[in-house]
Amino acid sequence: MVPIACYLVLGAILFSIGVAAFLIKRNIITVFLSIELMLNAVNLTFVAFSRRWSQVSGHLQVNGQLFVFFVMVVAAAEAAVGLAIIIAVFRARNTLNVDSIDLMKL
Amino acid sequence: MNADLHLWLIPLVPFAGFLVNGLLGRRFPKALVTTVALMASLIPALQVAVIVTKFSSLTLPYGENLGAWIRSGAFHADFSFQLDQLTLVMLCVVTGVGFLIHIYSVGYMAEEDGYWRFFAYMNLFLFFMLTLVLAENFLLMFVGWEGVGLASYLLIGFWFTRDSAANAGKKAFIVNRIGDFGFLLAMFLLIAHFGTLSFSEVFSRIGSHPAWQGGFLTAIALFLLLGATGKSAQIPLYVWLPDAMEGPTPVSALIHAATMVTAGVYMIARTHVIFDRSPFALGAVAIIGLATAFFAATIGIVQTDIKRVLAYSTVSQLGYMFLGCGVAAYSAGIFHLVTHAFFKALLFLAAGSVIHALSGEQDMRVMGGLRTKIPVTFWTMTAAVFAISGFPPLAGFVSKDEILYQTFVSPNGGKILWAVGLITAGLTSFYMFRLWYLTFFGESRAAVNDADEHGAAVHARSDTKLVLEAEPQSGHSHGVHESPWVMLGPLVILAILSIIGGWMGWPEGLGGNNWFSHFLEPAVKAVHLPYEQAAVALATGAANAPNASPAGNKQLELLLALCSVLVALAGWFVAHVMYFAKPELPAKMAAQVSALYALLRNKYWVDELYGVVIVTPVLFVARWLLAVLVERGIIDGGTLTAGYTAQGLGALVARIQSGNIRSYAGWLALFAAIVLAVSYFGWTAHLLAR
Repeated sequence: MVPIACYLVLGAILFSIGVAAFLIKRNIITVFLSIELMLNAVNLTFVAFSRRWSQVSGHLQVNGQLFVFFVMVVAAAEAAVGLAIIIAVFRARNTLNVDSIDLMKL
Repeated sequence: MNADLHLWLIPLVPFAGFLVNGLLGRRFPKALVTTVALMASLIPALQVAVIVTKFSSLTLPYGENLGAWIRSGAFHADFSFQLDQLTLVMLCVVTGVGFLIHIYSVGYMAEEDGYWRFFAYMNLFLFFMLTLVLAENFLLMFVGWEGVGLASYLLIGFWFTRDSAANAGKKAFIVNRIGDFGFLLAMFLLIAHFGTLSFSEVFSRIGSHPAWQGGFLTAIALFLLLGATGKSAQIPLYVWLPDAMEGPTPVSALIHAATMVTAGVYMIARTHVIFDRSPFALGAVAIIGLATAFFAATIGIVQTDIKRVLAYSTVSQLGYMFLGCGVAAYSAGIFHLVTHAFFKALLFLAAGSVIHALSGEQDMRVMGGLRTKIPVTFWTMTAAVFAISGFPPLAGFVSKDEILYQTFVSPNGGKILWAVGLITAGLTSFYMFRLWYLTFFGESRAAVNDADEHGAAVHARSDTKLVLEAEPQSGHSHGVHESPWVMLGPLVILAILSIIGGWMGWPEGLGGNNWFSHFLEPAVKAVHLPYEQAAVALATGAANAPNASPAGNKQLELLLALCSVLVALAGWFVAHVMYFAKPELPAKMAAQVSALYALLRNKYWVDELYGVVIVTPVLFVARWLLAVLVERGIIDGGTLTAGYTAQGLGALVARIQSGNIRSYAGWLALFAAIVLAVSYFGWTAHLLAR
């Protein structure tokens, strides 16, 4: 039996990598990927807790797993919209560098 | 059981006229504006006529309550109207004279640009004046009171492009506000002591407490008096009325002679129950009235502008009305109000006709010899001059004599007050005949008068002083012409009223029955006069004495009337000598008593005194303390500082919004980490524990 801490540590590591990549990388595709990475880190944590809670309470607890599906659905929608935006931005500005896409400011 | 009289319609019809002409009049053809305005003043007059026919069958006072206006705890003020003898008299004057002046204005204002505006304001004035007269409580009366002030302001400043007119309007409004302030304080006191502003409730409460004398009633009466002095142009607040002559002449006739300025007299008569309980306040009314009558008359004798002479005359005659009220002879005061409305409106309208004939000239020094050129104006004005000067059997004689007689016999008046009143009557006669001679007799002193000019005549005082030496041809200036009949008609009607108007109050001492006074008695009979009771108690010890005084005094009344007539004749005679027989005399006399002449000519320097004592300090405070320190320093400074601070902080914080996604994410991550750390390590709890 793998202890829950392992899953949580793995989730935390994945999440941190996602955050770091989000902050460091300039290519908007990579940034997008790092968001997916963070989402999946959270999913992993959800599933781990769901399983742990089932063990503790003695019967099946699916709330966490349900949330994972929600996250996946939203992530898929987000990917569709996000990629569309990225393509539109690329067509308009001919670049994928996030630092040069900073028009939304005062 | 009273039939429904629909009193509320009386003020509302002129208001409808105001709305129609005021909102749409600009686009209306002139004839339609005229029709609306005349209808709006005729219908109330007809309604009042109907009420007069039904009047004897009414149980008085007749009241109408249209519903609640203000309710606050136990206090309430309603839209309620009332009708009694006093109201009826005022209604007749306001609607009757008002309608005549409306007709006259059709001719007088025919060539003005703001024709529709003028009639809209006139109707507005009628609305407020009728509200004032019909109101059943102090608050509704105050609405009318303020409203006539507004209409007066608008009409004085009718030619608002002229600075002097705009300033005169402002002056009238501001001086009136001082009086209104007194009225307001009186109302606050009434609410504090009675918890109501309804006339009937206040008066019946006072009536049921015979022990209430002076005290807070004196305070209320004096504040009401302050309000009356403002509206009725009495000392110390009379200064606005002469300047108000900047307005069109029909306005001077309607508002500043016949109706609005008499509102103060009406108010005192209406609230006489309060004044009756305060000998001090009554004395103040009498003294103020008499002083005003005398001083205004002395100023009137040296004025050269025809309308200003009449303005001071109005102030002086209003002083008589106050004197009448001040000796508790309210019906005498109201009677003089009525006759004065006739002959002073006539004087103003006739003066307007003269001004019209001379294409806007108002200076009597360049008039003269108009008797044959404008005969109808001359004869109607003559009737008015003889009426105001107090020649029997004309209206002014009857009413003025009533006041002087009452002053003589009243314990509140006395022989000294009577003597001053008599001298004032002589002065009145003098300045009126001076005006009469200067305007209508002798040779024409007008130097230039272009016949063609009249087409585009503006009825305004020409600023250029005309040269006094007359050329032969222009002496018979062919531009002078009689006014159209739409103007002369009202003159003739008012002239007839000025002659016969006094007969309804013909004194008992001269074989009459003083019907007017008996008619008004139920509404304004002085009750619970403290000094009277005291005097009676001292003199006779009897309780039934109050009716005893006038009965045995018919000879006295006759004697006093004879004195008045002699004094009026003397005034006429002096004016005749100075301005007809020896026209060079006035200049010589002015040179001889130059100090006195300068004093009168400059109106006792009252305007200058007010300027130094009140206006200059107020302006100083306004311009320096308030404008510079408070407004620019504190108010502007405060708001600007607040604005700049917010702007600066905003600029600082706005840097966070760089538009760079990664910086946003960085902030997000940083603060999420902080929140996480705090919740995990219990940072705040740790700090608090230490």
